[in-house]
Amino acid sequence: MGRARLYPDEPSGPFPSPPSTIEDREGRDIEIQAPGELTTDLDAVVEMYDRFDPTDRAQGIPPTGEDRIRNWLETIAEESVNVIAHHKPNDDDIDVDSGADSGGDVIAHAMLVPDADDPAAIENNSDIEWELAIFVLQDYQQAGIGTHLLKHLLGHASDVGIERVWLTVERWNNPAIALYERVGFEASGTESFEQEMSIRLE
Amino acid sequence: MNVLVGLGGSDESIKTLRQTIDRTQDVGDDLTIAVLEKPESKRSQDEMYEEANALLSEAGVDADLVRLEGDPGSALVDHAEQGEFDQLVIGGGTLSPMGKIQLGPITEFVLLNAPTTVKLVR
Repeated sequence: MGRARLYPDEPSGPFPSPPSTIEDREGRDIEIQAPGELTTDLDAVVEMYDRFDPTDRAQGIPPTGEDRIRNWLETIAEESVNVIAHHKPNDDDIDVDSGADSGGDVIAHAMLVPDADDPAAIENNSDIEWELAIFVLQDYQQAGIGTHLLKHLLGHASDVGIERVWLTVERWNNPAIALYERVGFEASGTESFEQEMSIRLE
Repeated sequence: MNVLVGLGGSDESIKTLRQTIDRTQDVGDDLTIAVLEKPESKRSQDEMYEEANALLSEAGVDADLVRLEGDPGSALVDHAEQGEFDQLVIGGGTLSPMGKIQLGPITEFVLLNAPTTVKLVR
């Protein structure tokens, strides 16, 4: 992690802060929230990843199988910054059997994980770099949710003082690269199978 | 089998060497260890050479140990091409803080250019 990553000179933003409710291109109400800590919503997020089609995995994540998913999320949950999207059921199609689960299922998740050897010792979020990942369940892809969720994650990140965010994306994943470029990410670092990109926040 | 393992100076390289030595002991492969020139690594080429030597002595394994100068991917593939190797072994990538597998440009070059089977060690 000692390698210096390049960041754009110009900051990007401002981005919207959660919570928000947006309507996706299919007319579905999608609620975007930032949980205080992922641990409080862990079960619902594990369930989302358990439903995630493994053909859309990237660079080994998410893992498959509930235990491995839970283990992966628990490892990164504590120090991470998260936004979660729920599909809010319309009043006329609430499933009475689901009872307490009236907030709807988690259908997308985006997070930032600190790039630090000792995350617990972080004093200022602006001191370190944060790695981004975003996953949208297959049935909710290509409806604009990813763009909204990504912008809200960056808005939330800015609110908590994060300035430098990076990610890697498989070099042939043009839709994802286009999405990242739209919000202000620029290619950085060496290209190999994965493309590294970075953004500086206001 | 005649095996060539290429090492930079990272912790990943140490893991790759340990696993390859274990495998050599199990199946009696012929092993050549090439220590590459990667100035940005945690360990210098000399340090990695010494560490590889120590690991070999510790395991009681006989292997050829060489230093390769120049661009690491190219030097390694060239060395594999010159010799009679059946398999080239390199590290299988690092994990990002998120847990993403990352393969660097050297790995990509070796995979796309090596004439032999390539093994990535995880």
